[in-house]
Amino acid sequence: MAKKTSTSVHRTKAAGRRHPLASVALILVGLVTTGGAYAMFSTTATAETAAVTQATVEEGQALFAANCATCHGMNAEGTDDGPSLYGVGAASVDFQVSTGRMPMAFQGPQAAKKPAQFGEEQINAMAAYVASLAPGPAIPDDVYLQGDGDLAAGGELFRINCAMCHNVAGAGGALTEGKYAPPLDGVKPVHIYEAMITGPQNMPVFNDMNITPEEKADIISYLTYLEENPSPGGFGLGNLGPVSEGLFIWIFGLGAVVAFTVWIAARAN
Amino acid sequence: MAQHDNGDLTAAAGSAIEKSEPLQVSSGTAVVSADAIANPGLPPHRERVTDIDPAKERQAARRVSTLFLLSILGSVFAVVAYIIFPIVPGDPGSVRLNTLFLGLGITLGLIPLGIGAIYWAKHLMRGDEITEQRHSTRGTEATRAKAVEVFRLGNEESGFGRRTLIRNTLIGALAVTPLPAIALFRDLAPAEDPVKLYKTTLWEKGTRLARDPSGTPIRAADVTLGSVFHVIPEGLHDVEGVLEEKAKAAVLLMRLKPEDLNELPERADWSYQGIVAYSKICTHVGCPVALYEQHTHHLLCPCHQSTFDVTNHCEVIFGPAKRPLPQLPIAVDSEGYLVAQSDFLEPVGPSFWERSA
Repeated sequence: MAKKTSTSVHRTKAAGRRHPLASVALILVGLVTTGGAYAMFSTTATAETAAVTQATVEEGQALFAANCATCHGMNAEGTDDGPSLYGVGAASVDFQVSTGRMPMAFQGPQAAKKPAQFGEEQINAMAAYVASLAPGPAIPDDVYLQGDGDLAAGGELFRINCAMCHNVAGAGGALTEGKYAPPLDGVKPVHIYEAMITGPQNMPVFNDMNITPEEKADIISYLTYLEENPSPGGFGLGNLGPVSEGLFIWIFGLGAVVAFTVWIAARAN
Repeated sequence: MAQHDNGDLTAAAGSAIEKSEPLQVSSGTAVVSADAIANPGLPPHRERVTDIDPAKERQAARRVSTLFLLSILGSVFAVVAYIIFPIVPGDPGSVRLNTLFLGLGITLGLIPLGIGAIYWAKHLMRGDEITEQRHSTRGTEATRAKAVEVFRLGNEESGFGRRTLIRNTLIGALAVTPLPAIALFRDLAPAEDPVKLYKTTLWEKGTRLARDPSGTPIRAADVTLGSVFHVIPEGLHDVEGVLEEKAKAAVLLMRLKPEDLNELPERADWSYQGIVAYSKICTHVGCPVALYEQHTHHLLCPCHQSTFDVTNHCEVIFGPAKRPLPQLPIAVDSEGYLVAQSDFLEPVGPSFWERSA
């Protein structure tokens, strides 16, 4: 075999052209290498996650006891100050803690978005702990977060299910007694997905039987599109509709008209 | 003849135009007080800087022509911008650039044009104040006699007064002309009694509750705690006048903990294991009420902030609405799908004259 190969190499050199089977051999070598490497890496990755889980849950429990238990109870059973976390799932923890809403700065009508208080590893640990208590929604798969879904379908679903609170352009809006629907620009796709599936705070739940994961991906695509494309009508003025647009035209438009009128009627010097 | 107010006897601007003299009218029975404030006349004429200083005048002239030149530039820029920032189909950013620069160009073409014209009039055209009297409304005797003569001649030459058949048929024809409009606009009125339409919706016994917009039916098991579903009657898309029917039949479906629901005894069987369905149409002026808060169980109308309490059969707890949202009685069919028990038992949406309660 080795002899044969060397002969072929020799012959290739001498004749100035490749052996007819050289390309086939090359493809074979390439496929075996990549396939083998992929298999090796993916198996090690799975093994790692599986191995880390138990330790992660324990780390998460420690973090939970130190940072969350005051309101949610030592075993996440809930107290008068905070709800029980049984069944809220990893998605809920990831959403609340990654966006900085939890831990809450103070008791109020609504927890506001603020810089995250924990690193990714710590959040994952707490998520793993809460998920281990009772089954709940998991952190969504990346497939649904790419923003490559059906924009028109996503837009229609957004207008029917989300726009009444979050505004048709995702600019947010007021609710009752100091609560509000936050603006959606700059929110990561993973957090949008998690919010739909877990219903954080006063937002209702939109489970997979109501809006399927594919439809959620469409909604995320629509929001990504809104964010990435400039408003064709010019300045959005916060996309708040008649309020900001009316204020602008009443102050600046009518102001200009009044100023011109005064100038026209004034005597020349 | 109009004159300069400063006593200058040269002809004032506009004085070449013929003017009628003011008519001396009696003040009638009005009491003219002896110490009435006398007409003070125009204030004395004040020379402008441009009238006195030739350098300033030249400067003003330059300004006006610069403004007009700027206007030319603006109009040309609008044409150029339209060509170099074309609208690319499928790219909203290009629409934005196109409209922005086109608009800027046209603005630059129009605004300096107007400012220049006014600046010219204010600073360079003759600025004397003159007084012009109103024309009297009544014409002179000669004009009036001429008008009568014209009418008499017209009647004589056309034969309008003499040829009565032609005249009467013409009047008849003109009178009938508007009739098609009456027949046409009559059809704008409702063809049937609208009150009947207000009182019924597409919901009836056994109609399945379906998702908006897909129209797929909803199982009771799909509605998890804290969920909200935007609901249309199944088969809505197959009926005539989809939007009219949807506007009446739109429903919001929510699931609460059964112990949170404070149900009236006569409505005890209208919900299913904490799943309740209420009309989405506000009883104030008919906006879609769909801002549901899953912990407070408040439903907020975005138009005028009417707030309904879902735990208490959607009674009004804030805002201008006067009546609770109508509840749709629901049940579950043999396959586990949510169905309506009947239509709404009261009209949905805002009040109307014929509504009794």
